[in-house]
Amino acid sequence: MRHALLLGLAAAVAAGVPWTQASAQMDDPVAAEFDKFREVLEKDNPAELWEVKGEQLWTTPGGPKKASLEKCDLGLGPGVVKGAYAQMPRYFADVDRVMDAEARIVHCMITLQGYELDKLDDKPFSSATHTPDPVSITTYVAAQSAGMKLAPPQNHPKEKAAYAIGKEIFHYRAGSYDFSCASCHGVDGQRIRTQPLPNFTKPEQAIRSVQGWPGYRMTGGVMHTLQWRLTDCYRQQRFPEPGYTSETLSALLTYLTVNASGQVYKGPGIKR
Amino acid sequence: MKLTTLAILAGGTVLLASCATGTGDPRAEALAMMDRDFHARGIASKDRLKEDAVMAACNKYNDNPPADVVARLQKEQLATIRYPADGKLLGDWKAGEKVAQNGRGMAWSDKGGVGGSCYNCHQIGPATTSFGTVGPSLYQFAKMRGFGTDIQRYAYGKIYNSKAFNLCSQMPRFGHVQALTEQQMKDITALLMDPASPVNQ
Amino acid sequence: MADPMKIRATLQGDVADVRVLMAHPMETGQRKQGGQVVPLHFIQSITATLNGKQVFSADISQAISRNPVFAFKVKGAKAGDEIAVTWKDNKGETRTDKTTVRGGS
Repeated sequence: MRHALLLGLAAAVAAGVPWTQASAQMDDPVAAEFDKFREVLEKDNPAELWEVKGEQLWTTPGGPKKASLEKCDLGLGPGVVKGAYAQMPRYFADVDRVMDAEARIVHCMITLQGYELDKLDDKPFSSATHTPDPVSITTYVAAQSAGMKLAPPQNHPKEKAAYAIGKEIFHYRAGSYDFSCASCHGVDGQRIRTQPLPNFTKPEQAIRSVQGWPGYRMTGGVMHTLQWRLTDCYRQQRFPEPGYTSETLSALLTYLTVNASGQVYKGPGIKR
Repeated sequence: MKLTTLAILAGGTVLLASCATGTGDPRAEALAMMDRDFHARGIASKDRLKEDAVMAACNKYNDNPPADVVARLQKEQLATIRYPADGKLLGDWKAGEKVAQNGRGMAWSDKGGVGGSCYNCHQIGPATTSFGTVGPSLYQFAKMRGFGTDIQRYAYGKIYNSKAFNLCSQMPRFGHVQALTEQQMKDITALLMDPASPVNQ
Repeated sequence: MADPMKIRATLQGDVADVRVLMAHPMETGQRKQGGQVVPLHFIQSITATLNGKQVFSADISQAISRNPVFAFKVKGAKAGDEIAVTWKDNKGETRTDKTTVRGGS
């Protein structure tokens, strides 16, 4: 006789976990506990829901031109998705600029599917009730580089320039509080409250700027990409807002990803 | 003769232009790129993107400008500090503790109500263990340095404009940029300086 | 239309370990957005079939997290069998997704 054994229902994952209450002296144990928690969740990472959705959006004809994205060139040739995310940002001759993955995907949605940029960048980031299509597609594309070494090219002069410019932008202090990215992420072993701050200027720590993104954020249960992560850093830096998929963000991502070059990207992840 | 001069001038202009847009100086290109790409949102106006003389020096010299530049600019920054007209530097340390805990304010998602964000970077009162470590510990601030007026003035001045004392300090200039009010700065000074404050127990 | 589920069914001996990720807001009716209460919106029932025959059903409440994960085991499954999972929510929306049981360790 066949019968089902009900093992366990879903745990309430997002709500009320008091990480921020953690004692600073307990910093390492807390981080270790969170890592255990994340390990359990990674087996059933909700990010996979957006991978599935993103794959559907990639292969299904859509937009005013009723075209799929299967001819989109992510740098390895039209339609090649496997490994593409780990080799971006990169220079694209058709637009004569360096683009990160999400910037390129949005470009393809505009050129191949006929979407308008104004509509895509009006509300580009996820909320509790809505995930924009570029976020799902970026999650799908990123998943096809899981387990691969990061290898953003530094061959074209504009790729080298993007790294140098990104480094300048990373260290550029301004805004009401005189902060740069480096104010928080340029020194070893610092914390904001109990949140450890990796030093992204060092290769072995720079991986943490890329790893786990796109990520399912347990705070609010939403899917976010690196475009969101950098934009929200600028909010906290008290800067004005950087343009969605702008060259500034691609240059910053070039700086961060090249610093992390050679390390293994694990695919979409889970974030607090 | 005149023609030659013109040609040189024209050449100079071309060079300058290529610095900002071509394969020239990364810093100039970064500034031009950010100017193109950032826009105002909420209370965060686009002019926040500009570096003032202090940040320009810190950015240009990687937070370590030459001594003469530091001396000149620190003097200018010191002159910006407005000490309270009533001469009283200490407010209410309990109110100061609330300001120190509050990390909100000045971001495009904020509307008003600016806090000092002090615990984000500093250990201060002993009851709060979730403090950051970007800045030095301020626990027992006056107990270690003394409770005198000179230290009070230093504490108030540092909160008002940190760059007057350490040009490329990572600490915001809370009074200078009008993030905190005079009363809030007095209250934080009391948190650090009042003998009754838990900071000095 | 509701977004797809992600279903994994892996054999361990003659028991299929089935893990289902569902895309659903699971609104508790207590969350506020812009001062307004977001109305109750949650999955009420889940059923699973093995080759068309029901092997699992559950009635659940709003006390389950957003984008929930469900895991259960089905005895007597073979590689190549079809597992289908269906949920229905309190607004009458429903979604069914299928997967094939894969041989495991």
